Amino acid sequence: MTAPAAMPLRIQLAVFTRLLAIQGSWNYETLVGNGIAFAMEPALRLLPEGRGGRPYREALARQSRYFNAHPYLAAVAVGALARAELDGVPAAQIERFRTALPGPLGSVGDRLVWAGWLPVSSFLALLAFGLGAGPWATVLLFLVLYNAGHIALRGWGLWVGWSRGMRVAPALGTPILRQGPQYIARAVSLFGGMAIPLAVARLLRPGRERLLQLSRTSSDPMFSGTVRDLVVPVALVAAVVVAIVLVRLHGRVAGWRIALGALVVLALFSVVA
Amino acid sequence: MSLLSALVPLALLGAIIGLDVVSFPQAMWSRPIVGATLGGALVGRPDAGLVAGIVLELLAMDTLPVGASRYPDWGIAGVIGGAIHAAHPSHPSGALAVSILAALATAWAGGWSMYALRRMNGAWHTASMPDLDAGSRDAVMGLQLRGLGADLVRGALVTVLALAVFDTLATVALDRWSLGPTMTNTGIVVIAAGTASAAAWTLTHATARTRWYAFSGVALGVAIMVLQ
Repeated sequence: MTAPAAMPLRIQLAVFTRLLAIQGSWNYETLVGNGIAFAMEPALRLLPEGRGGRPYREALARQSRYFNAHPYLAAVAVGALARAELDGVPAAQIERFRTALPGPLGSVGDRLVWAGWLPVSSFLALLAFGLGAGPWATVLLFLVLYNAGHIALRGWGLWVGWSRGMRVAPALGTPILRQGPQYIARAVSLFGGMAIPLAVARLLRPGRERLLQLSRTSSDPMFSGTVRDLVVPVALVAAVVVAIVLVRLHGRVAGWRIALGALVVLALFSVVA
Repeated sequence: MSLLSALVPLALLGAIIGLDVVSFPQAMWSRPIVGATLGGALVGRPDAGLVAGIVLELLAMDTLPVGASRYPDWGIAGVIGGAIHAAHPSHPSGALAVSILAALATAWAGGWSMYALRRMNGAWHTASMPDLDAGSRDAVMGLQLRGLGADLVRGALVTVLALAVFDTLATVALDRWSLGPTMTNTGIVVIAAGTASAAAWTLTHATARTRWYAFSGVALGVAIMVLQ
């Protein structure tokens, strides 16, 4: 049996929708394995004897076993494995192919999405906030930008997996996946560099305004214009020091844990003192 | 304003946002910048929610949702942080500190609840092994739907518990808060900005020429800040 050249639209839509829930039963035993079978199931109904037939049940059993991949690039695996099942590729060959896929799909996805597209989208939203955008503009910018990449990647993955089948490996060497993370890393650096000072300045504006009010009513030099103007520069220099310390610690302590500890101490001091 | 009056909408928001972290559809509306703004909006002040969301987003930069690693639940944390910050407009000195503290504690507890859910999914999977090996469609669908449903319930429960604990604690702490807003808020923002900067460095330093992009970005950002 040979699979149709293009996945029927109805099946495509069903598989794509299920891909969005591919991690629904994520666990430490089979990772995303059951999700692969769940997403692929509508396509497996095209096997001889249809839903419930022997080929269908054998394929479903095979595909629900251990599998690991980045959730977005798992679409490549779902497309390619569904194509292989429908092309009638021998089970042993599918098993070998299934074992070889997780490595590249995991590492490429992590670099491209979690370490690339997500931080870029976040920093662009922070930049918009720093430039004065309101709550809905900031949130919409982030969601639209991030999901343009997210949906495109899942859609491309399903298409390329289905159209290439067992010969999908060269598609993972496409320039977007190979060199994309480098370009995105530069964008993270550029937009992060721009966004952080601007976001800090806007976040500290209420405090500076409070100092401005106090300077009008008090002769205390603590509330003078000089002190007020130094709040943001001092905060930025201190942030650089914190960043250097965290980089030196090399991931041994996460920044949020330090923040949690510092806030507990600050809250106790402020409430008890 | 007591957050308990908005408990049901906040719990629903927490459930939907908690589901997005891993299970469905990972469209990143579980990022704190989104969750906190929506949490603030449900209390009537999306702008206050956004401020908490920006601080949490900076802190969340160094924990990426990579596969099997255990990471904090920033989605529900955002809802809690945004809602608490929005609910205390008359306490500019400590509202941000208290809301971020509540959000970080929720993120930590939420991370543990995700770990527990994954273990539970594993137990359900082990129990379904004979059916899965037989190629049962019902077993595949059942595991997936049960996992999704359990994650939805997890999100709602963590949100309700966090609100019940931190709404009261926040009110008590803010009544006694003695530090001024400049010192408190500057301290939080410094740690958050430092965390995001370190995360950006860690993510990008292995790529050629990124430090020049970073320096150019900082120069541009500072120039715009001065012009503002």
